[in-house]
Amino acid sequence: MNSGSTDTASAATDFTYQPSPDQSATTPVRHPVVIIGAGPVGLAAALDLAQRGRKVVVLDDDNTVSTGSRAICWAKRSLEIMDRLGVGDALVEKGVTWKKGKVFFGEEQLYAFDLLQIEEGHRMPAFINLQQYHFEAFTVREVLKHPEIDLRWNNKLVGVENREDGVTLILETPDGEYRLAADYMLAADGARSATRRLLGLDFKGQVFKDRFLIADVIMKADFPTERWFWFDPPFNKGQSALLHKQPDDVWRIDLQLGWDADPEEERKPENVIPRLKAMLGDDVEFELEWVSVYTFQCRRLEKFRHGRIFFIGDSAHQVSPFGARGANSGLQDIDNLIWKLDLVLAGKAPESLLESYHAERAYAADENILNSTRSTDFITPKSAASRAFRDATLELARDHDFARRLVNSGRLSLPSTYSESALNSPDSLGFIGAMVPGAPCADAPVTTAEGRESWLLHHLSGEFCGLYFARADETEDSLAQLRETLAGLEVPVRLVPIFPPGSKAPAGALIDSEQLMTEARYDARPGSLYLIRPDQHVTARWREADPQAIRGALHRALGKGLAAADAEAATEGTAA
Amino acid sequence: MSTQLKSDPRLTRPDDIYQVLIDAHRDLSPEQSQAFNSRLVLLLTNHIGDEGVIAEAVEAAGKGL
Repeated sequence: MNSGSTDTASAATDFTYQPSPDQSATTPVRHPVVIIGAGPVGLAAALDLAQRGRKVVVLDDDNTVSTGSRAICWAKRSLEIMDRLGVGDALVEKGVTWKKGKVFFGEEQLYAFDLLQIEEGHRMPAFINLQQYHFEAFTVREVLKHPEIDLRWNNKLVGVENREDGVTLILETPDGEYRLAADYMLAADGARSATRRLLGLDFKGQVFKDRFLIADVIMKADFPTERWFWFDPPFNKGQSALLHKQPDDVWRIDLQLGWDADPEEERKPENVIPRLKAMLGDDVEFELEWVSVYTFQCRRLEKFRHGRIFFIGDSAHQVSPFGARGANSGLQDIDNLIWKLDLVLAGKAPESLLESYHAERAYAADENILNSTRSTDFITPKSAASRAFRDATLELARDHDFARRLVNSGRLSLPSTYSESALNSPDSLGFIGAMVPGAPCADAPVTTAEGRESWLLHHLSGEFCGLYFARADETEDSLAQLRETLAGLEVPVRLVPIFPPGSKAPAGALIDSEQLMTEARYDARPGSLYLIRPDQHVTARWREADPQAIRGALHRALGKGLAAADAEAATEGTAA
Repeated sequence: MSTQLKSDPRLTRPDDIYQVLIDAHRDLSPEQSQAFNSRLVLLLTNHIGDEGVIAEAVEAAGKGL
């Protein structure tokens, strides 16, 4: 099925199994962190750990990147995370950047949308399309640069023992079985997670009674770089269809088939090709790269953390693909977890910080499942009344703006704001805008004191940061004093001072060159300070930088407030 | 328990409006009637625009079903 003609992202897409000395050890060798699964999520987790100087073993039951393009839409937040991990530029360069879409009903276009109308002034585009195998190949290429990462192919997890003091894994390799021990294990082994199965954990949710044909075709076509979605098109009567461009002249086509379709029959080329010809026209030449027939499910694990085992990505939660919320949310999982794990491994934060991974990411998963379920219900109405409302919405959308807002062919992935998180400190009064505690930081163009153009998120990378909006008359002394205070906290907080445009910023400071931060984006007046977590989420903000308040907020963001609250609750429980 | 949904008589010519609703369905099949009603509900829902009022109306409409 592979074309063999397209350029792959990097030299290697097939990898070689190599036996590890661990396999001949008499007692299981213990590693601080073992990751199961070398897909986008597992690889990104490994990079994040390695960047923090942590050694990590990554095990995969296969020896190749993904077959078929699978995940194709990478959202801005994912690209920002991958940028932090050193792969962002490569992904964007190879990917197809898109921002426009059209929605059709029958033969006519209902409306067009442009994602960029939302906001300018971000380093990363709203979305790129890139085949999962390219994403994985680029990420593996980066992984191989890190000696901290021990990547082992053809290592299949066949047994796992989750104890209070560690995890023991049994792995099957071409050279037989061996055991491995880990302080922590991350299960990034996908929707059919072996870890989940071996631990006997329920994966509860909703199965959608519908089937979709997903085909990647190679063709030279002059369709624009837009997401096209059809309801009830003439070439797929009564169903939906999607067309989306990927690099290397590969196009993603998604055709709704209905529940009665026979998946075995439908994936045969002699049945796929006529369907595609009906859509693309008889005169378009194309080649099939990959075909699959899917049913969709929306479900999640009840708990994403089981003692020392963490579920990340599809192993923890599964959504329908409409909205690109699968791989994108998996990358946000690792963004959330790894800094916490690093601080716990360093002995700088309590175990309770790890529990916040479940709280924050299960909240996000529920948000994604809700959005994805709503999209699926719109695309596949489950009752006559639901279909009547859906069709009424589409009919009205021709002439009425309000109905276009109701049309749901996928609400595209946006990062979650952890507004309910116990790690947040209460918001200060008088701030407006979206950067509330729990929100992911919006990027903005900045200039360095030396006059170099840069981006805010590059300066908020990987550690706790104090984003400080300096006063015009700020002295170097007062800045140095604040820097020293922040650096001396229980976990060092790096001062990132921002000066207004036109001011003379001292070395190391940044200038809000387009005034995007002081204005709408951060509502930052001189003297305001944002405490930013290592995953670039806001955790507290103030109009004045008060060391006592910063100390308290940091303590809370390290999960120490949680430990105290839990202890209190436990005491109360005993008393009652 | 209704606090926002207005239940007091508000139509100056109730019989005329009632007839408009019934007449609109005169030549429609049951499927077309359902389509018509769905469109009408969506148009009026947007016109009302108040989530509280709509939630109360949804509850009131479902009573006894």
